[in-house]
Amino acid sequence: MSTREDTAAVDPAAAPDPGQGAPQSSLASRIVSRLGSGLLQAVLVLIAVFWLMPTLGLFISSLRSPQDNSASGWWAVLTEPSQLTLENYASLLDNEGFVASFFNTVLITVPSTVLIVVIAALAAYAFAWLEFPGRDWLFLGVVGLLVVPLQVALVPIAQIYGGLGIYGSILGVVLFHVGYGLPFAIFLLRNFFAAIPRDLLEAARMDGGREFTIFRRVILPLGGPAIASLAIFQFLWVWNDLLVALVFADAQNQPMTKALQSEMRQFGANIDVISSGAFLSMVVPLLVFFAFQRYFVQGVMAGAVK
Amino acid sequence: MARVRLAGVGKTYPDGTSAVTDLDLDIADGEFLVLVGPSGCGKTTALRMVAGLEEISSGTLTIGDRVVNRTPARDRDVAMVFQSYALYPHLSVRDNIGFGLQLRKVAKSEIKKRVEAAAETLGLSEHLDRKPRNLSGGQRQRVAMGRAIVRDPQAFLMDEPLSNLDAKLRVQMRAEISRIQRDLGVTTIYVTHDQVEAMTLGDRVAVMKKGVLQQVASPQELYDRPTNIFVAGFIGSPAMNLLQGSLEADGDGDGARLALGDQTLAVPGPLLAERPALRGYIGRGVAVGIRPEDMEDAELDGARDGAVLDSTTELVEALGSELLVHFRITAAPVVTEDTKELARDAGADGLPAEAASSGLIARFSPRSRTAIGHPVRVRVDTGRLYFFDPVTGAGIWGDPAPAQQQKEGTHA
Repeated sequence: MSTREDTAAVDPAAAPDPGQGAPQSSLASRIVSRLGSGLLQAVLVLIAVFWLMPTLGLFISSLRSPQDNSASGWWAVLTEPSQLTLENYASLLDNEGFVASFFNTVLITVPSTVLIVVIAALAAYAFAWLEFPGRDWLFLGVVGLLVVPLQVALVPIAQIYGGLGIYGSILGVVLFHVGYGLPFAIFLLRNFFAAIPRDLLEAARMDGGREFTIFRRVILPLGGPAIASLAIFQFLWVWNDLLVALVFADAQNQPMTKALQSEMRQFGANIDVISSGAFLSMVVPLLVFFAFQRYFVQGVMAGAVK
Repeated sequence: MARVRLAGVGKTYPDGTSAVTDLDLDIADGEFLVLVGPSGCGKTTALRMVAGLEEISSGTLTIGDRVVNRTPARDRDVAMVFQSYALYPHLSVRDNIGFGLQLRKVAKSEIKKRVEAAAETLGLSEHLDRKPRNLSGGQRQRVAMGRAIVRDPQAFLMDEPLSNLDAKLRVQMRAEISRIQRDLGVTTIYVTHDQVEAMTLGDRVAVMKKGVLQQVASPQELYDRPTNIFVAGFIGSPAMNLLQGSLEADGDGDGARLALGDQTLAVPGPLLAERPALRGYIGRGVAVGIRPEDMEDAELDGARDGAVLDSTTELVEALGSELLVHFRITAAPVVTEDTKELARDAGADGLPAEAASSGLIARFSPRSRTAIGHPVRVRVDTGRLYFFDPVTGAGIWGDPAPAQQQKEGTHA
């Protein structure tokens, strides 16, 4: 990898030539070399501002009274900073139903994410590194499940849940998320695990490792980046889910998305509750993202085999 | 430390291909055995079967007193050094070396002591807290060695451990592996495709071809008395020259004459006496092997009758200490399964089946004045000719008296 960067750096004359340079350098490095760092940074800042604008708008709306919000747009605070108030958040926290829905979301999201990651990591190890009859057929089945839309399962699962008596409960929502999250999670992790050099596992076997020891002491540390990405994706997916909650969660077990949705009225909306609640629901995934960010380290495999 | 015995060990894959066939090896306690052969000859598969990373399809594998055919790798108490080193990238050098001890629940203080002792042996003491990615290739190789020696196993298994190092480092590590193995006295099986490594390291060397063991012997015996054309061509660098010739009775003496194309060499009587089976080939075709080092510029050495080949120098490779002289004579090259396999290993697509002449390489003293395009007279040490059956490729030796043969066969 460093060699490629070196050649690009040493030989700038090759870069402008599209016929010669194109197959050698990646799209990203070509963009970088075309734009130059100053212009590139300006573009990046512009994109970042564009992306952040709605978030900022939501945040400021959540800090203004409903009257102000209906009278003028959020940018009015730029001239009248006195409009800012924490009243919305205060009333949000007084709203027992909404606070309960926040904890429901946590109770749904955390177990779903943990279960998916744990089960998928174990299954992915088996699919990647254990030999058992029917392994490839089973994995084919997992890949096949990737393309089954979850909507087809709503009615049958609802009936099964009714029979089991878990319809409307948090458990039902969690199980549904786990079931539908696993195929992708197994697929992702298996491909990552399969890319770990076989020699490493064999070395661990020679060193006296049983399968579970190898999994825990070699595969999991090396699979860190993939597992972190998977955890974040799953967390966001479940946290933001509305459909599954609408179908399977009853009023007392509803997550935030469903609670927010119920604040939408036919003629207008409770903008104070929605803006502060929506912002709150957005902050948690962001925190999760930043917490896991340090695991996205490139080059963890460097030095393993050469 | 233990004796390792393979009895009729074979590996057949589910699709019916056979990687190793009926392999018999008896490796003594503390012995250094090298498995050598061209790529795809089954040497790595054989090693992996001993390691327990590959299932054994047939035969018996014994380590120490235990038959371990069905014992998983972790319980065989053997350590392996991988070609790729296979270091754990997330662990420091210390933890890499100590990993096997940690898994075996050895006490922390004991691990620390043994890891540091191993690091001392390998010159890694200053790098114990580094990660593998911050080490050079040679240091990584040492860590891989350290991981094996720290466990004090019954046997070391090494799978081409030096093939990723550059030439200079390889020579250095080769000496070091030899030293460590001798110091520890651990039974070692070492796989390589490099015959120089095989010859320098091994107490005994086992040559394999297409999953079949060809010969197991000490390096010198392998060189002096190859059992067939394959071993003869594989051991030695540059490789032995192999030509088709025919033996004819010598009118009066006890020797014979060897016709190579339109030239003739005299086969001395003592050689025929040593290899009585050769008499049976008189009047017939025979495959002849001449080692490059058994030839010399006749101008330097003084020509003897019946020991000279006349040709024209085609190419001279000056190596300083010696000259490699390429020339051509009209004898046809030997074409058998063995020579085809050797050519494939050397990267050639195949030998010309019906060639009327063969290229030879001779190793001349640097004092030789031979030059490209000029006639050359090559003196052949006829007492050191090799003869093989032209059909089976088996070496023609007569009686099996290796010890005597070895003594007499060495260079004067």
